[in-house]
Amino acid sequence: MHGDDNDSDDRHDDVDFDMSEFLGLFVEEAREHLQEMEALLLALRVETVTPDELNRIFRAAHSIKGGSATFGLHGVTELAHVLESLLDLLRERRLVLTTDMVDALLRGSDMIGAQIGAHEGGPAVDPAEVARLCACIRGLADGGAAPVPAPAPAPAPTTVRAAPAARPIGVEGVAFGFFDDDDDDEEARDASGVEAEAGAMLRTAAATAAEVDPTSTSTASTRDSGSAGSAGSTATPAIPAAIDASKPAGVATSAAEAVPAAAVAAIAVAASPPASTTPASTAPPAAPVVASAPAAESSSIRVGVEKVDQIINLVGELVITQAMLAQGVQSVQGMESVEGGHARRLEMLRAGLEQLERNTRALQEAAMAMRMMPVSTVFHRFPRVVRDVAARLGKEVELKLVGEATELDKGLVERIVDPLTHLVRNSLDHGLEAPAERIARGKPLKGTLTLSASHQGGNVVIEVSDDGRGLDRERILAKARERGIVLGEHPSDAEVWGLIFEAGFSTAERLTEVSGRGVGMDVVRSNIVGLGGRVEIHSEAGVGTRMTVRLPLTLAILDGMSVACGGETFIVPLALIVESLRPARDAIRTLAGQGRVLQLRGRYLPLLSLRELLGLDAPAAAGEDPAAHGDGGDEEGIVIVIDSEETRLALRVDALLGQHQVVIKSLETHYRKVPGISGATIMGDGRVALILDAAGLGRLASRQRRERATAVPSAASAAPAAPVVAAAATPCGDSNRSMSCAIPAMADHAASGARPSHHPLPSAARPAP
Amino acid sequence: MTRTILTVDDSPSMRQMVATTLRRGGYTVVEAIDGVDALAHAGRHQDVCLVVTDQNMPRMDGLTLTRELRAQARHARTPILMLTTESSPRMKAAGKAAGLTGWMVKPFDPATLLAVVAKVLG
Repeated sequence: MHGDDNDSDDRHDDVDFDMSEFLGLFVEEAREHLQEMEALLLALRVETVTPDELNRIFRAAHSIKGGSATFGLHGVTELAHVLESLLDLLRERRLVLTTDMVDALLRGSDMIGAQIGAHEGGPAVDPAEVARLCACIRGLADGGAAPVPAPAPAPAPTTVRAAPAARPIGVEGVAFGFFDDDDDDEEARDASGVEAEAGAMLRTAAATAAEVDPTSTSTASTRDSGSAGSAGSTATPAIPAAIDASKPAGVATSAAEAVPAAAVAAIAVAASPPASTTPASTAPPAAPVVASAPAAESSSIRVGVEKVDQIINLVGELVITQAMLAQGVQSVQGMESVEGGHARRLEMLRAGLEQLERNTRALQEAAMAMRMMPVSTVFHRFPRVVRDVAARLGKEVELKLVGEATELDKGLVERIVDPLTHLVRNSLDHGLEAPAERIARGKPLKGTLTLSASHQGGNVVIEVSDDGRGLDRERILAKARERGIVLGEHPSDAEVWGLIFEAGFSTAERLTEVSGRGVGMDVVRSNIVGLGGRVEIHSEAGVGTRMTVRLPLTLAILDGMSVACGGETFIVPLALIVESLRPARDAIRTLAGQGRVLQLRGRYLPLLSLRELLGLDAPAAAGEDPAAHGDGGDEEGIVIVIDSEETRLALRVDALLGQHQVVIKSLETHYRKVPGISGATIMGDGRVALILDAAGLGRLASRQRRERATAVPSAASAAPAAPVVAAAATPCGDSNRSMSCAIPAMADHAASGARPSHHPLPSAARPAP
Repeated sequence: MTRTILTVDDSPSMRQMVATTLRRGGYTVVEAIDGVDALAHAGRHQDVCLVVTDQNMPRMDGLTLTRELRAQARHARTPILMLTTESSPRMKAAGKAAGLTGWMVKPFDPATLLAVVAKVLG
C-alpha cells in the first residue's frame, strides 16, 4: 500500500521517537478517568456496591497508572498504584468497602488531578502530602484486610501488594518474555520462581538483541533492528493525521466537562446526530486506520471560540442591516405619493423583508446555539461539593439534579459556578437542619437539596432549593433594624428576603467554616447581576428555601428597554428593571448627605437624573428654554427603578420608548471604557444607542455628589472647583465624544458603508423620511 | 507488502503509542479498543500476522481475547503478545495457559517493542 523503497535512514531516529508527543493525549485521557472515578465513587453506596462498579473504578486507576508510568509521571504512578492496590482487594472481595475508603479514594483522585495539573504548569503538589495519603490508603488496605467470607488465603493481601513492589515499574531487562512450549518446567508458580524467571527473561532479552544484530551492543542493536524492520515502509504522513483524527471524539466532551479552564480556547460544536462511523475511522484514507473512540461519543468538531464569535458578530450585523431595511420600507410605505405599481412593488419588498427577518432570526439562533453548553457542565461538580460540605457539617443530604441538559452560553457557564457554589453552601449550612433537628420536626432524616435548570421565556432559570428550616423573618428584620436599614411598615416577604443580599448582611450573621468565607450573599448577587441576571428568594418557615437565579440566554444579545433622555436613546437592560413609575411630587425628597431620594413603599432609593449624570441637554421635545428646566424640569419624565449590583436605585429619564432585543457591541474595543455605560448597540435606524450600566451609574452619582460637596464652598461654579467639576463633567464629554468616535468605526464594521445617508450622530436630527 | 499487526488497548494514548511505534517500524497497524473490537477486526483483516494486546480492558480483557483467537483455526498459531503492567507469576501462568506467545511490561521502550516484534515475526 505504500512504496517499499522509502529511505530507511530517514526513519532511523524516528523509531526512538519522543513519547511526549502523546502526553497531551494521556492528560486528556487521565482527566476522563479521574472524572469517571469520581462520578462512580460519588454514585455508589457502600452497602450495595457491586463488583462491576469496583471493577470500573479499578480500571480507571489502572489505566492512569499505566499511562503515567509510560510518560514518567512517577508521582502519579505511585499514587495510582496505591489506589489500584486497594481497589484490587475490594473488587476481589478481600476487603469490604467503607466510607473512609471512598473518602480516601476521592482524595486520591483529586490529588492525581492536582499532580497532572502541576505537570501542566499548575501549582506544585507537596510530595509529603502525597506520601501521607499513600500511607493512609495503604493503612486502609492493610487494616481492613480481614478476609471476608470467601476462603481467601491469608497471605493473599500481602502478595498483591508485594508483587508490584517487587517489580519496580519500568526496570530494564525484565521488560518482556516468551512462553515457549518446551519451557514448561520453568513456569513460575510461586514467588520463589520469580527470580529464576527474571533471569530467564534477561537471557531472552539478550538473545533477542543478539539475534537481531549480533554485531552491536544491545541498546544500539535494538534501535537498529527497529529501522531494519522498517524496510517495508512507514505511513509517516498518515500518523499525525490519525492521531489528530482520533482526538476530537474523545476529547470534546472531556474538555467541556472536566476542564472548563482548558476549554476556554475551544468549544465543542455538536454536529449532526451521532453518526455510525467515528470521524477517526473515515479520516485518513491512506492507511486502514481504525482508531475507534470511546463508545459514548457524539459526532462533533472542535472550533475556536473566536471563530464562533465572529459568526455571531456577523449575524448581529445582519440583524441590524435587516432592521435598517425594514425601517426604510416602512417609512416609504407611509408616504402618500406611493401609488399603483409602486405600491405593489413595495408590497413585494415588504414580503421579502419579512422573510429575511425570519431567516435572520433563525440564523441568529443557530449561531447562538453554537456557544451553548449544557448546564450539566456546571452541575457535575456539585455532587462532590455537597458530599464534602455535608460531611463536614455532619448533615445527611441528598442532592437532586434536574434539567441538566438545559443549555446556556459558554461565557455564563464559566461565570455562574462561583455564585451557585455559594448558594449551595449557604443552603447546606444555614438552610438544612442537622439530622437530630429534622427528626424532632418530623422531617425525614436526610435533607434534600435540589439543583434545577430550565428555560423560561428567553431566560435560563437555575434554582437551588432545600427542604430545610426556611429563612427567619423576625431575625432578618431585627438585624436590619440593628444595621439601620430603613424598611416600610409592613415589608413584604420578598423585601425581607432581599435584605440578605445587602452588603455585609449575610457574612456578619454567623461565621462558619462552610459559608462564612468572607464572601457574603451580596457578592453572589452582584456577580449574578454582573451577568445580566437576577436572583430571588422564596422561603417558607419550616418548609424550605428556594433561590432562583435568572440569567439571560446569552451575553451577546440583550433584552433592553430603550429610553429617551436629552434627545438621545439609551438602552436599559430589561433584567435590571424592577418597575417604572411617575412619582408623586412629595415622594421625592432631598436628604442631607444622600442627595435626592425617592420614597417608594416606605423605602428610600437614591434618585438619579440620567440627564444630569451624563450632562445631556434638556429634552428638545419640550421646546422650552433650557433655563426653565432646573429642579422643576427634572420632575417631568418617568422614573425607572433598577437593581444595580450594590443596591436598588431610581433613575429619571425623559420617556420610555419600547422594548428591543439589541446586539451588544463593546464600547471598549471601538473607543474606551466610559463610566456608567456598559456597551453600545446600533438601532434599526442606524443610530447608536448606549447601554446603561446601573452599577456604574450608581458609582458615578456618588462620585459626583462627593465632588459637588467638596466644591460647595466656592459657590459651585467658581474657578477653584474647576478641576473637580471638570472631573465630574468628564463623563458627559466622554459619552458624547464616545458616541461620535465610536460610530464611524462601528458603522464601517456593521454595514460596510451601506448606512443610510443621514448623519448617524445621535445628537443629529432624526432622519427625515 | 507490509505486515499487518492488530493492536488492542482501551487507552487511546497507549494505543497510539504502540501503533505509532509499529508504523514507524514499517508495519501496517489495525487498532482495536478492546477484546470485542479486536475479535471483529481479526475477522475482517485476514492478514493480521501479530496481535499486541493490553490485559485490562472493558467488555473483554486480553486473556479472554487470546483464548477466543486461539479457538479460531485462522489464529490458532498467530503470535499474540501482551503489553501489561501485571507481571505476577499468577498472571504469567494464566497467560501461558490462555495461549499467549509472550509478554512485555508497560511502560515499554519503543525500540524494544520493535525488536520483540521482529523476533516474533522471524
